[in-house]
Amino acid sequence: MSIHDLEQAFQDKIDKEIKIEPKDWMPEAYRKTNLRQISQHAHSEIVGMLPEGNWISRAPSLKRKAILIAKVQDEAGHGLYLYSAAETLGTSREQMVDDLLSGKAKYSSIFNYPTLTWADMGAVGWLVDGAAILNQVMLCRTSYGPYARANVRICKEESFHQRQGFETLLVLSKGTKEQRDMCQEAINRWWWPSLMMFGPKDSESTNSDQSMKWKIKRKTNDELRQNFIDMIAEQIKLLGMTLPDPDLKWNEERKHYDFGEINWEEFWNVVKGNGPCNKQRLAARNKAHDEGAWVRAAALAYAEKRKNKLNKKAA
Amino acid sequence: MNTAIKKYYYGDIPDGAAENNSEKKSSTAESTWPLWEVFIRSKQGLDHKHAGSLHAADAEMAMQNARDVYTRRQEGISLWVVESKYIHASNPDDAEMFYEPASDKVYRHPTFYDLPDELKHM
Repeated sequence: MSIHDLEQAFQDKIDKEIKIEPKDWMPEAYRKTNLRQISQHAHSEIVGMLPEGNWISRAPSLKRKAILIAKVQDEAGHGLYLYSAAETLGTSREQMVDDLLSGKAKYSSIFNYPTLTWADMGAVGWLVDGAAILNQVMLCRTSYGPYARANVRICKEESFHQRQGFETLLVLSKGTKEQRDMCQEAINRWWWPSLMMFGPKDSESTNSDQSMKWKIKRKTNDELRQNFIDMIAEQIKLLGMTLPDPDLKWNEERKHYDFGEINWEEFWNVVKGNGPCNKQRLAARNKAHDEGAWVRAAALAYAEKRKNKLNKKAA
Repeated sequence: MNTAIKKYYYGDIPDGAAENNSEKKSSTAESTWPLWEVFIRSKQGLDHKHAGSLHAADAEMAMQNARDVYTRRQEGISLWVVESKYIHASNPDDAEMFYEPASDKVYRHPTFYDLPDELKHM
């Protein structure tokens, strides 16, 4: 079969909603796009542990501490599901980790913002995980089988993350004036960066058309962002707080909320590495990796030693 | 050719990548932990089902990691781990030829037999 025929057969499968599995023929660009997207998703889970890890030792109660540890552990797990899915596309775990540590690979820019108060734990769970869930629910139906399956697993666990975040804010919203202020300020800080999580506008997004055609993505950045805004604009009423956007208003004709202009300059600036915490996040990952080197080496040496012992016994 | 001899088919991991796992040195000059496939029995009476994969230095660590990565919410009561390189898989390119013999044997299915409605318990 010629490349053209193979590509046609591939697209037919996609159109018929047949999942693509690792050893099926796929266009090189499909492999690369998936690899980039899945590894970035994995890196985001791993780096995403840092802003919340910051508050584990400072959680206001033992209950909150246990919840936060469980959430951060889930994120490590999500990273591992996704790295495994990416490995089926022919890259190694070490290569991906190296690319993250060297700064070559990207991860979601949202994690380059600092978590300044305890209320940020609530805002991150509600807004950041909320935005991530919309994306991940869509990705449960992505065309690449291992990525779809990883997202199904992730979505099952992610709902707790968002609910605990909202509940954290709900408690603060019913508290003292200081607690209510803290709640509002955290929402103000995280609102706009959360909207940026969906990526550039459709009119500016370069990969979107092909990704939609290959059903890697099933909704556009703008569609997902609008879904998110409609959802949060209603939910915030229960908190008695406000979203920091004077232009946010229900549009009866569109049956959607209208919203103000996103600061895209800030978005690109953080993507390029100049966000508040880019350097700190990478430094933390590098430190953890370097300090864990002896553990990895020791485990391997121990496994080797035991294998040799078993071999000797058998001989 | 030499490379042809080394070619064997693992589960979901492309040949080159999986073979490299036990031998390749990464750019940080570290040896790397091999890849393992994880199978979970979700409850008594059901089969073990493939859940995913992970890296571990040995079987004991693979088991512990599988517990932490794949069963944080009581997803299983029994785990199998097997090093990915020991899994041999059929080749999707051969699927047509490989599974074709079953496609023209409709008489293997009970619906092939046209029997009177009065016939009960069959």
